[in-house]
Amino acid sequence: MTAPQPMLDLHDVHTYYGHIHALKGVSITVNQGEIVTLIGSNGAGKSTTLKTISGLLHPRRGTVSLFDRQIGNQPAHKVAAMGVAHAPEGRRVFSRMTVRENLEMGAFTLGRVDAADMERVFTLFPRLQERVNQQAGTMSGGEQQMLAIGRALMAKPTLLLLDEPSMGLAPLMVEAIFGVIKDINKLGMTVLLVEQNALMALAVANRGYVIQTGHIVLADSAAALRQNEMVRKAYLGED
Amino acid sequence: MDFNLDLFLQILIIGITYGAMIALIALGYTLVYGIVELINFAHGEVFMMGAFFTMQVVLWVGVTSESATVAVVGALALALLAAMAFSGGINYFIDRVAYRRLRNAPRLAPLIAAIGFSFILQNIAIYWRGSNPVTPEAVIPLEIRSLNILTAWFGLDTNLRVRLIDFLVVLVTIPILIGLSWFVYRTRTGAAMRATAQDREAAALMGIDVNRTIGTAFLIGGALAGAAGMIAVYYLNSARFQMGFQYGLFAFTAAVLGGIGNLSGAVLGGFLIGIIWAMSDGFIRQFIPEWGAQWTPTVIFGLLILVLVFRPSGLLGEQVPDRA
Repeated sequence: MTAPQPMLDLHDVHTYYGHIHALKGVSITVNQGEIVTLIGSNGAGKSTTLKTISGLLHPRRGTVSLFDRQIGNQPAHKVAAMGVAHAPEGRRVFSRMTVRENLEMGAFTLGRVDAADMERVFTLFPRLQERVNQQAGTMSGGEQQMLAIGRALMAKPTLLLLDEPSMGLAPLMVEAIFGVIKDINKLGMTVLLVEQNALMALAVANRGYVIQTGHIVLADSAAALRQNEMVRKAYLGED
Repeated sequence: MDFNLDLFLQILIIGITYGAMIALIALGYTLVYGIVELINFAHGEVFMMGAFFTMQVVLWVGVTSESATVAVVGALALALLAAMAFSGGINYFIDRVAYRRLRNAPRLAPLIAAIGFSFILQNIAIYWRGSNPVTPEAVIPLEIRSLNILTAWFGLDTNLRVRLIDFLVVLVTIPILIGLSWFVYRTRTGAAMRATAQDREAAALMGIDVNRTIGTAFLIGGALAGAAGMIAVYYLNSARFQMGFQYGLFAFTAAVLGGIGNLSGAVLGGFLIGIIWAMSDGFIRQFIPEWGAQWTPTVIFGLLILVLVFRPSGLLGEQVPDRA
């Protein structure tokens, strides 16, 4: 059995914010069809890792490869055009645009809006269809998160990056969002999921990485990480 | 003292033509501010360069008041397009060489660069046409530009005068405003501009080339200023290297009054400022005999201060929550 070709491969990535050394040699792989999660506490470098992949930040050292292309020095709009959709931390929907306009912006790289794609998003998130003409900024946090994920899906990405989709949401809404992440994955989407909510993340993921102060300290299957004593203590709130 | 309705309406007509010019300039401030949150203090000079280039194009084409009407109309249409391209190009160039490099610098840096470019452009204008007011080639004969269309075209029996030149100002402005609105709300690049204005990072994640989109905003804002410059030359029948200062500041006030970043606001603010300007110049003296045009800047900048203090978001400023 040959190993599957990694879709995304980060090798020894170092990223800086000015003089602050935020990622200190991060190596991660994501294979086609997987949900991979990156867990860690505030400031560990989770969002920085995603921004380095999507081109909002550039590594000073190390390589970021998407299939066999080097994307580490590509600007964000070019990475997006290569099929990487990033639903950023804090949702970042276009608050003065309607739900429909936000979804249309999601399809920007395709050049046109496919009605079937929008239907698919509405099937996953019926709430968005009800609010299709509402201004995004007037919706609840959970609805905005649905919109952020739906907007990312509109680009028909090959890789979906999700940054803290559970942040600030009520428990029921978190369950709903994670249910949809599983559904999307079953339809064939590869997902790299960044979370502080390790319990939920490890429940849906195939594999996981634990990041601390810019270093990957653990890498294993999600099931093994759930049993790992350090993970249980530090991230699952057990003692 | 009676309220002189005829005079009021006459001044209102003048105010609307001023307003059309101011609205075109104000749109450039608001487009650029909306997308990069920079007050482009060189914008008034970009307008002035449009005025100067208009005169140059008319000189190059070589039409005079003796030329056939078709030739004059053609030359003016060409001058309009050329001024739009020239001013748009200058504005794009300034962004490309200066503001883009300062995108992540403290806010004061691009502001100072803008003031620097405003001086550079003024000095280019002095070098080009001297420091005295320049009168454009009189391609529109006086009896045509002052023709009262209300009596001549519509056969109305009235003392009101809508001169052909007033009518032309509005006639040129309206299609440009409609074209801009179409561009911003109906095209892919327009959508990219609106997205970039709201959240630059999120726009980049959608696949929008943010630098190119910002460049487009400068290009279009400059083109509108160029159109205003062309109109101003023939409306005022004069141009001077300093003209961008007053018009620029009046238009900036209009943009703030309407709600900076808001396109409809800039147009509304432009027409309001135009009307206030004309009223201060010619109508208030009905009630205060000492009043005259010398007080107009005081009125307009006083208004700017009042807006900034009491309603900084402007008349149509957006007040939608950004994040729930």
